[in-house]
Amino acid sequence: MSAQEKRFDVVGKNRRRVDGRAKATGQTQFADDLVLPRMLHCKMLRSPHPHAVIEEILTAKAAKHPGVHLVLTGKDFPVPFGIMPVSLDEHALAPERVRYVGDPIAAVVAKDEQTAAEALELIEVKFRVLPTISSPQEALQNPEPRIHDYGEQGNIHRNQSYEFGDVEEALAASDHVFEDTFFFEGNTHLAMEQQASLAAVEGDGKLLLTTSTQNPHYLHRQLSRVLQMPAAHIRVIAAPNGGGFGGKCDPANHEMVVAKAALVLGRPVKICLTREEVFYQHRGRHPVLMKFRTGVTKDGKLTAMHLQTLLDGGGYGSHGPASTFYTGVLTPVTYELPRFKFEACRTFTNKPPCGPKRGHGTPQPRFGQEVQLDKIAEKLKLDPAELRLNMVTKRDSLTASWLRIGSTGLAECIRQVVARSDWKSRYDKLPFGRGLGLACSAYMCGAGVSIYWNKMPHSAVQLLLDRSGQVTVFCGATELGQGSDDVLATIVAEVLGIDTGLVRCVTGDTGITPIDLGSYSSRVTIMMGNAALQAAERVRETMAEAASESLGIPPDRVVFSQGRVFAAEDPGKGMSFVEAIALAEAKSGTLSTVGSYSPPKAPGKYKGAGVGPSPAYSFSACVVETEVDPRTGWITVPKIWIAHDIGRALNPVLARGQVIGGIYMGLGEALMEEQVFRRLPPKLSGALVHRMPSMLEYKSLTSLDMPEVDVALIEDPDPNCPFGAKEVGQGPLLPVMPAVANAIYDAVGVRIDEVPITPDKVLRALELKNAGKNPRIGPEQFPSVPYPKPIFVLPPGEGGDGGELKSPEDKPERKKVAA
Amino acid sequence: MAAIPERVHLTYLVNGEEVPVSFAPYKTLLEVLREDLNLTGTKHGCELGECGACAVLIDGEPKLSCLTLALECGGRSIQTVEGLAQGTTLHPLQAAFADHGGSQCGYCTPGMLMTAKALLDGNPNVSREQIKQAISGNLCRCTGYQQIVDAIESAAAEMRGARK
Repeated sequence: MSAQEKRFDVVGKNRRRVDGRAKATGQTQFADDLVLPRMLHCKMLRSPHPHAVIEEILTAKAAKHPGVHLVLTGKDFPVPFGIMPVSLDEHALAPERVRYVGDPIAAVVAKDEQTAAEALELIEVKFRVLPTISSPQEALQNPEPRIHDYGEQGNIHRNQSYEFGDVEEALAASDHVFEDTFFFEGNTHLAMEQQASLAAVEGDGKLLLTTSTQNPHYLHRQLSRVLQMPAAHIRVIAAPNGGGFGGKCDPANHEMVVAKAALVLGRPVKICLTREEVFYQHRGRHPVLMKFRTGVTKDGKLTAMHLQTLLDGGGYGSHGPASTFYTGVLTPVTYELPRFKFEACRTFTNKPPCGPKRGHGTPQPRFGQEVQLDKIAEKLKLDPAELRLNMVTKRDSLTASWLRIGSTGLAECIRQVVARSDWKSRYDKLPFGRGLGLACSAYMCGAGVSIYWNKMPHSAVQLLLDRSGQVTVFCGATELGQGSDDVLATIVAEVLGIDTGLVRCVTGDTGITPIDLGSYSSRVTIMMGNAALQAAERVRETMAEAASESLGIPPDRVVFSQGRVFAAEDPGKGMSFVEAIALAEAKSGTLSTVGSYSPPKAPGKYKGAGVGPSPAYSFSACVVETEVDPRTGWITVPKIWIAHDIGRALNPVLARGQVIGGIYMGLGEALMEEQVFRRLPPKLSGALVHRMPSMLEYKSLTSLDMPEVDVALIEDPDPNCPFGAKEVGQGPLLPVMPAVANAIYDAVGVRIDEVPITPDKVLRALELKNAGKNPRIGPEQFPSVPYPKPIFVLPPGEGGDGGELKSPEDKPERKKVAA
Repeated sequence: MAAIPERVHLTYLVNGEEVPVSFAPYKTLLEVLREDLNLTGTKHGCELGECGACAVLIDGEPKLSCLTLALECGGRSIQTVEGLAQGTTLHPLQAAFADHGGSQCGYCTPGMLMTAKALLDGNPNVSREQIKQAISGNLCRCTGYQQIVDAIESAAAEMRGARK
């Protein structure tokens, strides 16, 4: 047995997660569980109007209310912030304008929540109400009033266009061109934990903010900006998050507010949002209208696709510039697509800001693409699974848009779900009312480029060992429940041949942990994992050298396994792990190493090529079975089969949990979850309000609605990933919504081209079918959007270099490349 | 009309221990447990009786502590997640949740555990359907419930073994 070839001690074994015990005893301390001496409580006043100018705020009465310590308003926060450097459009408290119902205006800090809430009632605000923009269509039609005075034009926040090869030419040469429009309604994260934050000035005079956040590093930078304090005087601790799903990625108003209040008062200040406020904070799934024009050959190969998307961004930028890209950039990753044109536009509307939710911008076009493929398969009389199998992207190939695929297990995923669901003998053969649907997807393993431009590592890890035998690993990554601490402990434990129980994880603390960019874009396992791998291998090398002297063997013949350090050729000759630490500490001094990771450089060179590249991509295939009651339209899902190309499962219990959890969230989006608004009648202000800012009205699946999920983990280790492990947190959600839509078509022959797919829509489509009309529910048309002239890039197969063709003359003449 | 007192004084039997409590009369049991008794293991996800995160056992019955007035609980037995383990030995449900992936973020876990305890205390011989029915008022956004049901099923088997 060589040192490199040893079997895994930890990786791939079903294990209790390192934080499992604390969670089962209720000892995990979430942000709202924290209490400090002299702590005060904060509540925020929020706008009752979706769009208004604040003419005057009178706070004197509130300030005099007994028990009130401080009242803050917009004038206390002159500096704007935002997660993206190109969209610094938020203020902690609105200084002069409110842009959605729930936009924070003022804050009261008092001895308890009750007193703070009473004082909020005493604040008088004089508003001048402005016309509201309720949808992207209205935003395009009404450039005035502008919701923001920046952006592309009018109420368009972002507007972009890319063309990879001459798409019109390829469509013209195709045997068939399919044109379909789809709509994906917005929905929200609904993490069980309501966001909470506790700010305090510590004994050394520095600020400490402990908070529900997925991204303490980005929050740290934005706090420094808003508070105009050196970042070194601010420490952000990400408390264990009670779920995130993207909803705790943005730096939030309430975090800035309690930080400021603690600095003013010199006392700890806590806030916990109510569930209603969590709905206002939102940053959830963008509603997206999509149009696909897709060319295919008669034997079912894609020739080109023209994808147009229109996003409803809500009142602020949030992650919007990235979200806009993500409604298209991953579309070419799953299937071979020689040419691709992608136009996307994000508008501002007077609703809570949309941002990143699990899958960030990609579930919407994935829904459209996979439902359209189902229609294509039907028209070409091909099996939908075979159609896909025949065009999956090849390992290490480049897409038309210059993304490098890396490893792929998609074909095996399709074969697995086809076999496990008995697809071949059941698809298109079940009695009326029952059906099967299939869809696939791809997701990235971490964004290749940071949210702010820099050349520094994306993740860093520090490792500290001492003669007691304890191994402490420090990393800025944050635990949301996805198991990032367990991944960290697993990688270190595997390299050092010890139990994960010996590894103490110190994470998500900008004061003491090296920087990791955060828990988003499915980046943690790959980026933190590679940094941890490097740190652990470095310390193992130091220990192996010391042990080799004692054992009288070369360092590369020293094996670390099962808590021992021993000779590869003579396992009896060795020492305990603790003894090996002591030897190394004596020889080399204190044992501490660091590791860091930066993703590989992307092949694309055009402006915008930074969104989409990733060190690796995960792939999924899913089959959903449905039962549809034709009398009521009621949809039941008895079973779902999923195969996910994970590279390697570090802890299969957790990996399966992520897959099933993703399926659950996807099924909720497919069937019921929607964040929708209504306009109050004119006599009640005409404002846009949530139809449902509560958990009762925002429907989500209960244990009784959740079907059995059959999970197959496809393990084909990816060379860019630690022990080959790819992402699993987001990818498995993506194919669910289109697989449900396709299964409903198989069951009752109606097309629901929008999400969620509710019984009323199925019933309406069945009525259309019975009346001999087109049995389809979905958007009828795509509005005219003033997309810019595209950035034209030649695909790799057509001789491009990955850069933009600057002049039109560079574009190849049509006859030269005509099919 | 009699003046509403600033604070009321009662005694609860919390996790088997007599505990005197003093609180403002408008408070819910959830608030008294978390704020006055520092039992922060009990969580809140809505404070409107919609999510089940705050479930505790009152005289052995699962109740939503956010909808229970603390005033109503004088002299009653209240069990919270803090009372589940015996010393450092986990209750079979706790061990099963940790081992089977029943907790991801862990925020719904205390409410799930207490609801499951009430079910299994009554009858550890339960089907998966009965488990799903029992926890259908407890929302979880992470797990998709499957591994929670697995965990409760596994704990039930262990508890049945212990009863024999």
